[in-house]
Amino acid sequence: MRGVEEVAFFAGAIGALGGAIAVIALRNPFYSVLALVVHLVSLAGLFLILHAEFLAAAQVVVYAGAIVVLYVFVAAYVGGIEEPLWEPIPGQRFIGPLLAAALFVELSIAVLGTALAGLDTEGPTIPLDFGSPAAIGELFLERFLIAFEAASILLLIAAVGAVVLAGKRAAPGGAGGGPAGDPHEAAGDRGETQSQLGRVAPDGAPTGAPPEAA
Amino acid sequence: MDLTWYLVLSALLFATGAAGVLIRRSPLVILLCLELMLNAGNLALLAFARANGDEDGQIFALVVMVVAACEVVVGLGLIVAMYRRRLPLNVDEMRSLRG
Repeated sequence: MRGVEEVAFFAGAIGALGGAIAVIALRNPFYSVLALVVHLVSLAGLFLILHAEFLAAAQVVVYAGAIVVLYVFVAAYVGGIEEPLWEPIPGQRFIGPLLAAALFVELSIAVLGTALAGLDTEGPTIPLDFGSPAAIGELFLERFLIAFEAASILLLIAAVGAVVLAGKRAAPGGAGGGPAGDPHEAAGDRGETQSQLGRVAPDGAPTGAPPEAA
Repeated sequence: MDLTWYLVLSALLFATGAAGVLIRRSPLVILLCLELMLNAGNLALLAFARANGDEDGQIFALVVMVVAACEVVVGLGLIVAMYRRRLPLNVDEMRSLRG
């Protein structure tokens, strides 16, 4: 059993590290995104070895599923970005990895020097449902309910913010056709209102509420 | 596997992401490198959760995942907005706010 776990760990570690290095080394952003998929799936395997089954599933679904698709769309939309060869700081291309190596050494010294109890063991014996969706859901909805609600509000704000950032710039005063404006539009002089406002969404609905309905 | 292995791997992945942020200039790839660093943090959190036999660290990792998703959404929205305004997609040229 133990040998199997070690083989799985090193396979996952090599996949995760290789994916990470490919992300920063490939020059085409599209290939970098694909390398991120390799990294994320390998990391999900490591999560499974650590008995975080729900987290591994969420990693694959949320990251490799949703976020990477978003990256692929943006990389295709923006197109190939030409990375210039000039450097604002001389020798940045060589100093950067050097600083990263220093960071790794420092973190390793910090980890190995803590002498935390349990670092050199495999961890305590854990119950069979450790990290299962049921256990995580119970914790989330009972002990960490406030964190759960805060996460939902954060996601909502991020979605609204992305629409505001990337959407078309709103015309001054046009707050979008509200529910109060729509019946008026459907019943009355639709074409006249459109010509007055001069702003028509692609599906034909006026994007600005008329002054008398607002 | 000793948990030290996981922590050292996490440090290595974090350093890789930091190197990417330092040497790449495209904002899209810099966002990818931020993902690498957040995932390295998640791996450390899960290793500590395993070391303590406690699932609280997994909840923390899940919240980190949510924050990463929000960061990606806002960051990609910024990149799309930059592209539509014909701004250069290069973090070294976008420095009018620099002091």
